[in-house]
Parts: sequence; C-alpha cells; structure tokens
Amino acid sequence: MSPTCRTLDARGLPCPQPVILARKALAEGGFDTLEITVDDAASRENLLKFGAYAKCQVEAVDEGSGLTRIRMSPQGFTPAPALTEACPLPEGGLGGGPAEVVFLSADSIGQGDLDLARLLMRGFVYTLTEAERVPRRLLLMNSGVKLAVEGSESLANLQKLEARGVEVLACGTCLEFFGLTSRLGVGGITNMYEIAGHLMEGPTLSVG
Amino acid sequence: MKLTAYTRFSGCGAKLGPGVLEQALCGLAQPVYPELLADFSGSEDAGLFRLGPHQALVQTVDFFPPIVDDPYLFGRIAAANALSDLYAMGARPITALALVCHPLKALGMAPLKAMLEGGLAALTEAGCALLGGHSIEDPEPKLGYAVTGLVDPDRAWRNNTLEPGGKLILTKPIGTGLVNMALRAECASPAAQAAAETAMATLNKAAAEVLAGFQVQACTDVTGFGLAGHAAEMALGDRCGLSLCMAQVPLLPEVQDYAAMGLIPEGTYRNREGRLRFLRGDLSPANLDLLFDPQTSGGLLAALPAAEAEAALAALHAAGVPAWIIGETGGTPGFVQVV
Repeated sequence: MSPTCRTLDARGLPCPQPVILARKALAEGGFDTLEITVDDAASRENLLKFGAYAKCQVEAVDEGSGLTRIRMSPQGFTPAPALTEACPLPEGGLGGGPAEVVFLSADSIGQGDLDLARLLMRGFVYTLTEAERVPRRLLLMNSGVKLAVEGSESLANLQKLEARGVEVLACGTCLEFFGLTSRLGVGGITNMYEIAGHLMEGPTLSVG
Repeated sequence: MKLTAYTRFSGCGAKLGPGVLEQALCGLAQPVYPELLADFSGSEDAGLFRLGPHQALVQTVDFFPPIVDDPYLFGRIAAANALSDLYAMGARPITALALVCHPLKALGMAPLKAMLEGGLAALTEAGCALLGGHSIEDPEPKLGYAVTGLVDPDRAWRNNTLEPGGKLILTKPIGTGLVNMALRAECASPAAQAAAETAMATLNKAAAEVLAGFQVQACTDVTGFGLAGHAAEMALGDRCGLSLCMAQVPLLPEVQDYAAMGLIPEGTYRNREGRLRFLRGDLSPANLDLLFDPQTSGGLLAALPAAEAEAALAALHAAGVPAWIIGETGGTPGFVQVV
C-alpha cells in the first residue's frame, strides 16, 4: 500500500489554531504523513515543536514568500487502528496478551464499602507485580495518584513495577489538587494531553 | 458565551512588537517642555509631568482584547494591568478613564456591564476614582483604562537606574501567555487556569506599598514584552546590566508543557525578534519561550541593594505578596545575562 498523506491549510490562522488542527488530525489518524501549510514564522515554529512533542518525524519545507509546509509522520503516536484490528484477542486465553496501558482512575476498585474497595486496589497493584508480563504504562488519575505517594501501601509495588520497565505516570493536576505533588514517590508527572494520547494509543485496561 | 472567541490575540499579547514600536517612534520629537520629566522617547512605564517641586503627574494607558471568558474577571484584569504601570513608578493612583470597544449586537449589554463592574472593583481597591470614559462599537471587544497617579519626581522609581550589587525581586509568576494559549486549545489544566487568573487579577498595590519601605534602585512591571523584554529595558542604564537565574524564576503550573506542545503566543516570537540581541548566556529555546512570554497584568520587577533583599522578600511575604529573588544587577550595561 502506498503511503497516504493528509493535507491541511492553516494559512492566516492565529496561534494556536494550526496546532489545534494538527492535534485533531493526529488523533483521528488514518494517514502516514500530515502536511500543514502555514504562512507565518510563529505557526511554523509552534508546529515543529508540536510535532516533536507528539513524537512525530517532522520537517519544514520552506516554499518561499513566507509559505512553509510542515510534514509530520507519526511514529510513537500510533493512529487509532481500524476496528477490526483493535484489541486482538489474546493468544492462549486470558493472561496471554497484556494491555499496553493500565489506567487507574481511583485508589479503590468499585463502589460500596470503601475499605474493601481500597483493599481490592492494593491487591490489584500487588498482583500486577507478580504477573508474568507487565503493561507498558500505568496511568494514575484522580485519586489513583494517591497510590504513588509516600505513605501509600502500594508505593513499594509500583516501584517494583517501575523497576520491571513499566512507565508510571501520575496526573499533575490531580497531584496538585490533593496537595501531593511533592510527595510523589514513583514515576513521573504527566498532563491530560499525554494521558489522552496514551489512552488512544492502543489496548487499554481501565481499573478503578 | 466565550469572550475570547471574539479575539485574535489576547491580553498584552496583542501589543505591537517592540521592534515595530521603536521604528514608529524613531525620529518623533516634540517641543521641549520644562515640566516634562519622561515621555515616549524613553522606555519608562508611564509618562511623568512636573506639577510642583515635589509633585508630578504620572500617566499611562493600557487596553486589550479579553484574555479570559468571564467578563467581570476580564474587567478586573484590565484595570489591574493599567494601574500596574503607576505602581511600577512608585506612584499613587488617583483617577481613571475607561476605554471600551464592544460588539453590542453580538454580545449584548450584560457582559459589558459585568466588565465595567469588575474594572471598577479593582479601581476602588486601588483608591482610584473613575471619572468617565469613551466607548465605540467594534467587532472585537477591548477594554482598558487611562490612569493617572501622583508621585514625588525625586522619589519616582525609574526602570533603567540599576546599580551594581543589587538583587532583583519579582512579585508574580510568569506564563500567562502560555496558559492563555493552552486555554484556547482547550488543554489548560484547571490548576494552571486558576493560578493565572489569580495572578492577573491581583493588583500590584500591596507589592508597591511594601517595596516603598526599602531602597528601590529601579522598578518596572512585567507585561507584554515578557520578563526578558522588560529586564532588557532595565539593563539599558549606564551603570550596569543584570542577570536572571532561570532556576529561580517562578512559573505558573504546567507552562513548560504548553511551550513544548507548541502553544506559544505570536507575541513571544515578536518579543524575541525585538529584544534577543540584549540577551547573553543560556538562550535555549525552552528558556526563551518562557522569558519572552507576553504577560498580562504581570508582577513588579524591582532592584534593591543586596543587603535589603531578604528583608524586603520577608516583608512582601508577610503582606501576602508572593515574591521571589530571581537575579542580580551587574555586568555590562545594556545586557541581560541568563544563567
């Protein structure tokens, strides 16, 4: 199949419109290269920055008289696959195909008794450390970030997962909301943009 | 209703770049008035006109398109931003006139009223009487104030009177331009939005009142030209330049993320073009994106003798003013060293 290209005309648009258009197009996917035409230096530089941020191969082709074509080829930022290819059934039954991304949106699992719900989440994180294959990323959001701070009973287990190569990322806004930013004990801080990007990337397991 | 949806640029980001302004003003001259102490030919925050041996009129005007969607908050920010130039000269605000551009058909009366209420609230807090104003129908909303203050001309704070061996104090975090871009792209975090709004809506009154108790060598407020742009104006004196320590410069939440995502206002690029030649040192793109970010209603940037800096910082904090020591005076006149 020959490489596909999508073109966007962002001439005359004020910042940050060209970046917004590019982000939307990357999220929709369905092409190998995105080409955006801009006519001012600020948009040119902003798109080059955005392309690098979105883990694209990015280049600027200057056309003269102020026109630039920015070409972005998604690399790390995999466009959402067609439905038939999404979430292939694990080979060899359950446990054979781990989720790429595990999304924990709370420090507890399910409704009802909170003590039980928190116990279940602690148990889940522990069980992950014992699993044969671990996910690529663990995203912590809302009260899920509480799992990764000093004093959390799950902290040691999250550190074990990190040592096994799992990228642990906590939502910065959530940490700040709970006043826990300085107490984060594992992994890194991220933002909604990255979280949304990771969640769209591939198979995700949401727990909490 | 989204006020900012009606604007192409917002806040001080709408300002013409310093390069453009210099060209436009170049060669413009007026007769010599004995009472005139500072006009557009310098780069003071406001004009100074002597009324008597110990009294001078300080006048400045500032207006811009909405930087927030809440009209009351926008009014507050517009007034705080205009008054800021008076505080940066150590002046006491006395009167104000409103400048209003409003798309009445598109937006109606309610937001206009809310804007003016917000502006009046900030003026009242400053003890500054609103005398009147002028309004025109315009497809793009804009609001601002021409404000007048009084100061003893011998005690007025100028911006280019740095002396070696001083410390630089900044009284608000930077990054309002980046947060505004992120808001427009609908990816600003609530924390970043709230912190930016609080900073912009806060008057520099308390900061100026506290600093008045110390030997301020030079002072300016950080607005459209960004921290580095205004620092470059301070460095233009003949005694010395200054240095900024990036690690000490306070930032609004997540603005480095927004810069990395390419959510950089056009004003940043204009500022960089106009003022980059005054900068030396660590001029990485990451630093420049922050240093030239156009600020709306930014903080005061004041130079004090090093011996007084810690006491001034403590006094500011005690008065509830966030403040940071972000650099020092010294080095070649005309240059800002970034470390």
